[in-house]
Amino acid sequence: MSRILTGRLIPHPLLTLLLTVTWCLLINDLSLGTVVFGLIVGLIIPILTAAYWPNRPGVSRPHLFLGYTLIVIWDILVANVVVAALVVFRRNRSLTPCWVAIPLDIRKPEAITILAGTITLTPGTVSADLSSEGHSLLVHALNADDPDAVRDEIKHRYERRLKRIFE
Amino acid sequence: MNWDFIAELAVCVTIVIGSVFILVGSYGLLKLDYPMSRLHAPTKAGTLGVGGILLASMIYSFALGDGSLHELLIMAFLFVTAPISAHFVAKVHLHRDHLKQDLPVPPKDPLWATKDTGGQPQPD
Repeated sequence: MSRILTGRLIPHPLLTLLLTVTWCLLINDLSLGTVVFGLIVGLIIPILTAAYWPNRPGVSRPHLFLGYTLIVIWDILVANVVVAALVVFRRNRSLTPCWVAIPLDIRKPEAITILAGTITLTPGTVSADLSSEGHSLLVHALNADDPDAVRDEIKHRYERRLKRIFE
Repeated sequence: MNWDFIAELAVCVTIVIGSVFILVGSYGLLKLDYPMSRLHAPTKAGTLGVGGILLASMIYSFALGDGSLHELLIMAFLFVTAPISAHFVAKVHLHRDHLKQDLPVPPKDPLWATKDTGGQPQPD
């Protein structure tokens, strides 16, 4: 009974949390009134929009997102410096851009979207295309001598973690 | 050495770091010679460049007393939207300029989605 009630009232707890936090950030204030109004917004919007996403994404281990975000931010910092050095100090001729095809183990569209976004945000790689049935990802690397190494690193560093978060 | 001075120093350093990365990003956009390589430059300016300037803004607001976390929201929206525009530019490039045989074969599927025209011939 209580399960049904929470299912009806809070169809999407993570969305409720996200909307509340976004509201507080938008108002730029952490007083009781803001939080309460944010909670009201965060409770009403999921109920009103629940009908539009019958297959909403299920996240099995949301707490692992924090570690994943920290790793991605660290990688962005490191890779930014590396790519900036490539752009400034290397001649165009000595760069070896290449295409990398990455076979995907994750199946959920949300997980693939996050993986593609991560690949684009970390400088040096841009995700360009998905295969026709969504089983592999086409990535362009700015400077990679060994496409297989890029593929293995992305699979090991990001995809393995996303698989744990989502499945 | 008081706190105001340290905060000012931190703001200066983060602004300079952010600006340098935006400058390098813009320079890369001009310098790199191949359209897909050029796409790498703006993703850099969009992450660490803007990130540095937003961090400076946050440090400044906290040093003044009334802290502001708006910048986190700007960062979050930027992180969500930047890969999508890069993805679209890449897809247009694939669609217009690349022949199927230039690309690696997708490991598990017959075609890349942009090249999957459903049996229709590719437009020139």
